[in-house]
Amino acid sequence: MSTAQTTVNPTPVNPSTGKLVVAWALVGVPLGYGVYETLTRVAALFG
Amino acid sequence: MGWLDRERTIAPPGFNRWLVPPAALAVHLCIGQAYATSVYKTALVKHFGASLTEIGVIFSIAIVMLGLSAAIMGTWVDKNGPRKAMFTSAVFWASGFLVGSLGIFSGQLWLVYLGYGFIGGIGLGIGYISPVSTLIKWFPDRPGLATGMAIMGFGGGALIASPVSTALLKMYDPNSGAKGWVASGDSVGKLFLTLAVVYLAYMMFGAFTIKVPAEGWKPAGFDPAKVKAATLVTTDNVSAKNAVKTRQFWLVWIALFCNVTAGIGILEQAAPMIQDFFRQSDGVSLVSAAVAAGFVGLLSIGNMSGRFAWSATSDVTGRKRIYMMYLGVGAVLYTVLALAGSTSTFLYVALAFVIISFYGGGFATVPAYLRDLFGTFQVGAIHGRLLTAWSAAGIAGPLIVNAFLDAQGKPGQLTAASYQPALLTMVGLLVIGFVANLLVKPVDARFHEPRPDRVRSEEPAMEA
Repeated sequence: MSTAQTTVNPTPVNPSTGKLVVAWALVGVPLGYGVYETLTRVAALFG
Repeated sequence: MGWLDRERTIAPPGFNRWLVPPAALAVHLCIGQAYATSVYKTALVKHFGASLTEIGVIFSIAIVMLGLSAAIMGTWVDKNGPRKAMFTSAVFWASGFLVGSLGIFSGQLWLVYLGYGFIGGIGLGIGYISPVSTLIKWFPDRPGLATGMAIMGFGGGALIASPVSTALLKMYDPNSGAKGWVASGDSVGKLFLTLAVVYLAYMMFGAFTIKVPAEGWKPAGFDPAKVKAATLVTTDNVSAKNAVKTRQFWLVWIALFCNVTAGIGILEQAAPMIQDFFRQSDGVSLVSAAVAAGFVGLLSIGNMSGRFAWSATSDVTGRKRIYMMYLGVGAVLYTVLALAGSTSTFLYVALAFVIISFYGGGFATVPAYLRDLFGTFQVGAIHGRLLTAWSAAGIAGPLIVNAFLDAQGKPGQLTAASYQPALLTMVGLLVIGFVANLLVKPVDARFHEPRPDRVRSEEPAMEA
């Protein structure tokens, strides 16, 4: 029964969600790394 | 090359507009490397047996070419769309590194000028303006947020390039463990080759991800009439050719020039300045070189975050008001820095951080300011022409500060008082910028492009 329901009302999946995650990760990860590296230098200011 | 044309990049129905900011960021994060040249500056001085000034010329040529190519190529970018512009920018930027590496390997400094400076500089200019007009069209409801996200990348690019370049230089140079190590020319050449490949790939990702909205597209629930009623925003359009004939363009040019000149005044001297401000009577500074380097890092964070935070805020406050804050509050903070900055390191650091965040905010907010005044028609081209203010400020800022400091004494002997004339001159500049911004009024209807739905004589008066 539940299978039938799934077939009749499939959960809508936005095809761009995966692309969105990959695209933001491609720019977000390096940027996060850069900010982290800079903050470790900034620590000297308050150390 | 028809696959790069604007017509081929029109978004299909259901395209998620949040894919556009990372595409724009991919380009800006790459070209932001321009602010990380200090990593290999000493290595190039040693490799070429040149002076610091001769090596500094590489960066100067790149920044001048950025302004010139943005001004000259702006109309071409608007006409051909973001994909072709990003692709072209990527080719120029990567070619700049390749030609530059050839110059390093062959010991020909002029090839580095030609490569990184001239060719790479063209890539910088085209890349900087390439996503701006597209972002504004995708985010008519939040143009400041959208351009802030992209232009933040230009500030963030150096944060990535700096540690990555240092790590690569160590990897490429077998003598990297030696005491007092300076990277070899060979390792810098290999670094340039690596950056060429990586940046080309990243920028191509941006070029092939970006899309332009279909004609007449607007986000769900967005009411343009509401935006117009709230702020100094036009629904008309002005061409780039006409924009430069308006008083508004030159008033915003002056405001940007003053804001950038004042910011560069601090950025250029950041490390020695904090040491000089806290120099004791025996000539020794309370601030060590390591702490000064941390201060420079903090300013980079302030520059980057200001681009995003203040530009996004401008969607709520309006562009004119936030520029009043950059210039007006900036002038007050600069005055406090000049007169009382040496009383406490915390006060000094906090003031410099906010001032630099205003500097970054000015860059990121200006495309949306131009959109408000001139419409979206050729906003990329107008932005390109406005960036000549950046080039001019890049020359004026260091000239002003260095001229005053040269008159005050030698490096290593300067104190907080030595900086007062230069800093108070910056205050004067900020006041000039404040007044220029205050005078910005809506563009006269005679500069508007004709609209098919309206007879010119029936056009309504612009709202302030």
